[in-house]
Amino acid sequence: MATRVQTQPAPAQSGWKWWTNLSLARRRTILGYIFIMPFILGVLFWVVIPVLVNLYLTFHSWNLMSAPRFVGLQNLETLFKDPILPQSLKATFLYTILSVPLGLLFGFFLANLINTNIRGISIFRTIFYMPSIVPAVANALLWAWMFNTEFGLINAVIRGLGGAKIAWLQDPNLAVPAFVILSLWGSGGSMIIFLAGLQGIPDVYYEAAEIDGAGRWAKMRHITMPMISPVFFFNLVIGFINSFQVFVIGYLVTDGGPQNSTLFLVLYIYRSAFQSLKMGYAAALSWLLFAILLILSVLIFRYLGKRVYYENPGE
Amino acid sequence: MAAIQQPITDIAPSRLAPRRSTMSRNDRLWRYFTVALLLFMGTIMIAPFLWLVSSSLKGQVQIFQYPPDLIPNPVHFENYSNALTYKPFGLYLRNTLVIAGLNVIAVVFTSSFVAYGFARMRFPGRDFWFGVVIATLFLPYAIMIVPQFIMFSRLGWVDTFLPLVVPPFFGGGAFNIFLVRQFFRTIPEELADAARIDGCSEFGVYWRIMMPLARPALITVAIFTFLSSWNDLLGPIIYLRSPNNFTVAAGLASFRSVQDVSWDLQLAASTAMIVPVILLFFFAQRYFIKGIVMTGLKG
Repeated sequence: MATRVQTQPAPAQSGWKWWTNLSLARRRTILGYIFIMPFILGVLFWVVIPVLVNLYLTFHSWNLMSAPRFVGLQNLETLFKDPILPQSLKATFLYTILSVPLGLLFGFFLANLINTNIRGISIFRTIFYMPSIVPAVANALLWAWMFNTEFGLINAVIRGLGGAKIAWLQDPNLAVPAFVILSLWGSGGSMIIFLAGLQGIPDVYYEAAEIDGAGRWAKMRHITMPMISPVFFFNLVIGFINSFQVFVIGYLVTDGGPQNSTLFLVLYIYRSAFQSLKMGYAAALSWLLFAILLILSVLIFRYLGKRVYYENPGE
Repeated sequence: MAAIQQPITDIAPSRLAPRRSTMSRNDRLWRYFTVALLLFMGTIMIAPFLWLVSSSLKGQVQIFQYPPDLIPNPVHFENYSNALTYKPFGLYLRNTLVIAGLNVIAVVFTSSFVAYGFARMRFPGRDFWFGVVIATLFLPYAIMIVPQFIMFSRLGWVDTFLPLVVPPFFGGGAFNIFLVRQFFRTIPEELADAARIDGCSEFGVYWRIMMPLARPALITVAIFTFLSSWNDLLGPIIYLRSPNNFTVAAGLASFRSVQDVSWDLQLAASTAMIVPVILLFFFAQRYFIKGIVMTGLKG
């Protein structure tokens, strides 16, 4: 300690005296808070204040032009009366319920497929991964064209195989399934995480199982699945939070239609705020989104989190 | 985890697949089956790309033709120049690069600064604030759309780059703080101690010791920040009103909302937006994989 004080030029200047007089613990604390200060200010500016603003808006009616008007619980009551909201919730839930589990399975499937030592496997890894980095806007336009009823590739293949063309984006029952197919194409990110998980499983486990006469399925069931379960859980949480906030495809490909079948919740918030200029109601919708995500996250952590196998708990 | 630090193409396959010399008949059949599946899935996954490029080079007549040709004939390269001049994409590109560049600077410097505090300083309240970092990781951005818009419009920032550029300077996002902190913790503390004995301040340790050593993590953070600025649509369509301020993403989206049938131009512009991302991926593959995996595992 003594050496440090000596080597610092600061004590010579009187302005630094208060600093060197502080105890080491004090100085550490002050320095620590200086380092994390940008984050603390960020939380204050971009989280705490917005949450308070949102709270204020929830109890007001405001179209940005005239002054906000206090309306009490009216915006929250509207949540229960709004005929469009159930359609929006249905679209969001349906998309999440289909795209998340299918995305997990598909990502896991691809990861197993590329976890092989065949020559040229790196080409396949690249091909499988690349769709997941395509920018959202370009992705939306590409798939709007893929699903085009008359001239799209998907219907061309279906008709080529003898089927009838399908009005993917015009049929209210098929628009969300079409988006699920679109989302599966971008499973490369979860694939890479699964691949890393698969390669983190020690070979000795498989070798021991082979000696015991375990077949391919037994190894998958009793070694790979338990060992990979934390990765499944992680991908599930991330996938669920992301899919619940899906926006770009609904906005660009179908514009919420047909018959509001793709009016995802974030799109509905966006429209309420910036097209209908109902700031108060948009704030109420934001709380609804937050509440749903919070409740579902708690449920996922409680009921699935404990079924995850951790090799070294608490590490 | 060492394998992950290498490019995606170099990850050593685990010994799930037995070596050729020891393969039984059953194993060989399994291998053929795997190869067949790989080829099948590879075709499906690459088809949209090929379809995109092929359609973007077709003329107005050929693109609306059934059954579709896979090879454009004649090849309309001018679709690209037409698409990119149909809207001022040069200007959009400049806007996007200004925003993305400032975002990258903000995130690289402030997230590492904050991460140093969390990784290397010991002070009361640190773990609480790190808990806040993790909590904001799960905070849905969607609930902030409306109130942040109100705030920025009060500040008179609407239709400027400020709402897209200023917030990252405050911590650079929980995701990035977390990633850099994890990396900082792998750097031996002795290096910092040696510097401190030589009279280096904490800021000096952060700037001269940790920053140069953390370069791989910082490059990863920079790449992901650039990509998210390049891809972002919601921010630009909320805050950027006049077309002169549009980003590439907003410009391409406005292409769509015109609702004309110029699919050839739309797809050419889409391809042009994808190409830089693919190039970035090929040049910086290992940082991509590292970023995905570092945030994915070893939480």
